[in-house]
Amino acid sequence: MGVEGIGARVVRKEDRRFITGQGKYVDDVKMVGMSYAHFIRSPHAHAKVKGIDSAEAMKMPGVIAVLTGQQIVDDKVGNLICGWAITSKDGSPMKMGAWPAMAPETVRFVGQAVAVVIAETKNQAKDAAEAVVVNYEELPAVPDIKAAIASGAAQLHPEAPGNIVYDWHLGDEAAVKDAFSKAANVVTLDLTNNRLVPNAMEPRAAVAHYDQAEEHYTLYTTSQNPHVARLVLSAFYNIAPEHKLRVIAPDVGGGFGSKIYIYPEEMVALWASKKVNRPVKWTGDRSEAFLTDAHGRDHVSKAEMAFDKDNKILGLRVKTHANFGAYMSLFSSAVPTYLYATLLSGQYVIPAIYAEVIGVYTNTTPVDAYRGAGRPEASYLIERMMETAARQLKVDPAELRKRNFITTFPYQTPVIMAYDIGDFHASIDAAMKAIDYAGFPARKAKAKADGKLRGIGVSCYIEACGIAPSKAVGSLGAGVGLWESAEIRVNPVGTIEVLTGSHSHGQGHETTFCQIIAERLGVPISQVSIVHGDTDKVQFGMGTYGSRSLAVGGTAIVKAMEKVEAKAKKIAAHALEASESDIVIENGEFKVTGTDKSIALPMVALAAYTAHNLPDGMEPGLKETAFYDPTNFTFPAGAYICELEVDPGTGKTSFVNFVAADDFGRLINPMIVEGQVHGGLAQGIGQALLEGVVYDGTGQLVTASFMDYTMPRADDLPSFQLSHTTTLCPGNPLGVKGCGEAGAIGASAAVINAITDAIGNNKLEMPATPDRVWHAIHG
Amino acid sequence: MSTVKLTVNGRAVSVDVEDRTLLVHLLRENLNLTGTHVGCDTSQCGACVVHVDGRAVKSCTMLAGQAAGSNVTTIEGLAKGDELHPMQAAFRDNHGLQCGYCTPGMIMSAVDIVHRHGGKLDEETVRHELEGNICRCTGYHNIVKAVLDAAGRMQVSQAAE
Repeated sequence: MGVEGIGARVVRKEDRRFITGQGKYVDDVKMVGMSYAHFIRSPHAHAKVKGIDSAEAMKMPGVIAVLTGQQIVDDKVGNLICGWAITSKDGSPMKMGAWPAMAPETVRFVGQAVAVVIAETKNQAKDAAEAVVVNYEELPAVPDIKAAIASGAAQLHPEAPGNIVYDWHLGDEAAVKDAFSKAANVVTLDLTNNRLVPNAMEPRAAVAHYDQAEEHYTLYTTSQNPHVARLVLSAFYNIAPEHKLRVIAPDVGGGFGSKIYIYPEEMVALWASKKVNRPVKWTGDRSEAFLTDAHGRDHVSKAEMAFDKDNKILGLRVKTHANFGAYMSLFSSAVPTYLYATLLSGQYVIPAIYAEVIGVYTNTTPVDAYRGAGRPEASYLIERMMETAARQLKVDPAELRKRNFITTFPYQTPVIMAYDIGDFHASIDAAMKAIDYAGFPARKAKAKADGKLRGIGVSCYIEACGIAPSKAVGSLGAGVGLWESAEIRVNPVGTIEVLTGSHSHGQGHETTFCQIIAERLGVPISQVSIVHGDTDKVQFGMGTYGSRSLAVGGTAIVKAMEKVEAKAKKIAAHALEASESDIVIENGEFKVTGTDKSIALPMVALAAYTAHNLPDGMEPGLKETAFYDPTNFTFPAGAYICELEVDPGTGKTSFVNFVAADDFGRLINPMIVEGQVHGGLAQGIGQALLEGVVYDGTGQLVTASFMDYTMPRADDLPSFQLSHTTTLCPGNPLGVKGCGEAGAIGASAAVINAITDAIGNNKLEMPATPDRVWHAIHG
Repeated sequence: MSTVKLTVNGRAVSVDVEDRTLLVHLLRENLNLTGTHVGCDTSQCGACVVHVDGRAVKSCTMLAGQAAGSNVTTIEGLAKGDELHPMQAAFRDNHGLQCGYCTPGMIMSAVDIVHRHGGKLDEETVRHELEGNICRCTGYHNIVKAVLDAAGRMQVSQAAE
C-alpha cells in the first residue's frame, strides 16, 4: 500500500470546494434569460380535476405561461414509467396505472402537480400560482394498505382492480408446508416496516435550456444517474432524442435512492423550456420534497419460522403487503420482490422459504428504493424473528444465530441468491467482543438497581449489492442492464482522466477511484481527475445506487486500466528495446526486469501521442474504455449489537453502546467506508426510534416538514464503535463488496431487539417513540 | 423595493431587493454567494447559517432588511485566502462531510459554538449545540469529532495570536 493507494486513509480531494462554499449544485446554476417554475399541486388525496382557470394569473406581473396537464397530453409527452416488469403468481403482468407528469383528469395523492406557472422571478411564479383556480371534485381516498384492500374501497386505477399492483411469490410453498409439518416449534411474528422520507439535504432541482438553433436540450438535474435520466427522457417521455439532450448532474447533495428516479418536475422543466423558449429553473422546497420525493419502506408482514428440536431452522413463510403509493415509481416494483424476498434467508441455513408479496396502490406519495431498498425490510424481519425465536425457545439470541449460520460457500439459498463468500461467525464474534457481550447480565443487573431497564440487541445482516449480471436481471424483468463503464485517458503529459458512469453525491468517488489508479500506476492522486455526471463527457453508465459504484464501476476502471497498461507496456518495451514480457510497472515506472532500464509513465504517454517511435502498426494515443458486467451480486454482511437503557418512567431510550462489525471485502479508503457506515447506522436508528410517515384518514400528509417528521439530530445518536472482518469478494479483481447501505439495513433490528429485551415485551413497532415504549412497558 | 446596505465578507455592498426578501436569498441570488444553502422551509435544518455581527444566524429566518448595517460573514469569507479556517480544516481531516450540502451551515454553526464555549467543549455539549443543524450523510459521528478537534486548534491559534 502506498500513501495514496488501496487501503490508505486519504483525505478527500473533493472536500476543499465544499468546505469553502465552492460546491456547484443545481440551484447554483444561473443562465441568461432564466425563468422560474412553480407547480400547482393538489390539496386532495383523490379528486377529479374539473377545470383550471389561469386567466387572472396570466395578468399578473412577470408571468410568462401557465401550463397544464392537458397540454402535456396534447404534446404527446409520455407517461412516467416503471422499469422493472413483475409477473403475478397467476402469470398476469403487474398492473401499471397511467401517470402523466401533470394530472389532466385525476389526482391521486396530495401534492401531485396539475399545472405549472413560469414567471420572471420565483416569487412572481409563486404569487401567480395563488391566482390559478383549480376546480376539483373530491373522491373517497384510501390512505393505507388496510383501507386500500378492504371490500368496497375507492379504486385508484381502472387498470388495477382491488388496488392490487401484483400478487407475486417466490420459493417453494409445498416444501415449506412440509417443513412446518415436521416442526418441533413454530414462531410467529407480525410486523410493520414504517414508511420513511429519504430527505437528502439538497432538495431536488432542475435547470432546463432549449437551444432553438441546434434543437438541443440541456438539463441540469439532481440525479444519481444522469445517463438513465437521459435514456428515459428520450425513449419513454419523447422529450428529445438522446443525441439532442445533455443531462448534467453536478454536485448533488445526497440521494439515498430518492434521486434515482426521473420525476415529473424535471421532465416538465425540460418540456417547458422549449414551450416558453427560455431557460427554466425549478427548485423544490422541503415541503415539496416531503410530498413528492419517492418515500421508502412501508411493508406490513406476517412471518412464521419452523424449528426442529435442536433449534435448527426448518422453514420460513412470509406474507408481505407493500404500499406503492398512488403510482408505480421507476424501480418500485423490484424493491419488495427481487430486492426483498431474495434476502429472506439472511445469514442462515433455511432449507425451505416461501414468500408472497402483494403490491397495493394507496392515495399517497409513490414509494420506491430508499437506502437499502428491500434489504432493510428483509433484514428487519429475519432479525426480529431470530430474536423472537430465541426468547420463545429460551436460548441465547447470539447462540441461536450461530447455530444456524451458513458456514460453507458458495451457498445457494432457496430464494435465488448464491452467496459467494462470508464469515458470519467472525463478524458476530468481533461484535460480541467489542461490546463485552458476556458482561451484559452484570451490567443489566446494575442498571436495574439504578431504576433503568437495560437491553441488548443483536442484528446479523446480509445484503446483495452491485446488482447483476445484466442477463440475469433481464430475465427477472429489469428494463435495463446493470453493468458499468469506464474510460481512462492518459494525457500526453502523463496526467490521467477517469470517466465513469457512476455518480458521486457524497460517496467520495473523486478520492477512492484515484486511489485505485495510484495503487496500480503509481501516479499521485493530484495528477488524476474523476469525470462523472455529464452525458456529454461520459458516453453511458448506470449511475450510483445499491452500493454498486466500487464493485461494478471500480472494476470497470480496473478493466480499462489493464488495457492501458497492456498498450503502455508495448510502447515501453519498444522504447527500451526490450521484450514486452520483461516489462514491469513499479511506482509509475515501466522497468525492464532485472536491469536498471526504465521509462516513466509520462514519457510513455508522450511517445503514444507524438507517435514518432511506436511499434509498427500501433495506433497513436493512450485511451481505453471498458464495459464491465459482473457475474454475481456481492454480499456484504456483518453483525451489529446495540446496548441501551430505557427509562421506565418516560419510555425514553438512551444509547449505552453501538458496535458494528462489517465485512465489506477489501477497503480502498477505510476513512470513507467508516463514514458510509456512520451515515447508514444513523438512518437505520432513525427508522427505529424517530422517523415515520403519518397520513391522516383522508390522505393528508401529517408529517410534512422537519417540524413534524423527526430527523435524527446530533443529540439523538451515539458515537459508533466500528470494526471490520474481511473475506475478499471472489467476483471482482478488487475483492470489494460495497458499504453504502449496510448501516441502514442492519441497524433497525439491533435497536428494536435491544428495547424489547430491556422492557420484556416483544410487541413494539417502529418508530419506538417514548410514547410507544412507555405503553409497551405499562400497557 | 428597498435598498439594503451591509458588509458581507468584509466588502460593503448595496443591494435593491423586494421587502420580503430573506437574507439567504440576498446572499445567493443578488451576491452570488451560493455556498450558503437552503435545505428546508421551516428554519430547522441550518444549511443557511451565516454569521451576522459575529453570531450564528439562520439566514432563512432573517429578512434582508433586518441585516441592514450588519457585518455578515458567509462560508466564502471564513478562510484567509488559501489558508483554511481551523474548523474547515478539521472537517476535511476528520471526514466530517460527505455530500457537502449541510457543510457550510455546519461549519458556521460550529465556529460559533467554539466561540461561545471556549475550551469547555465535550462531546455531549457539541451534540446538544448542533441540534439546529441537520446532516443526512454522516450520522454526525465525524462532525462531532471535527468540532472537538477544531476547538483545540482554535485555542492553539488564539494562544499564538
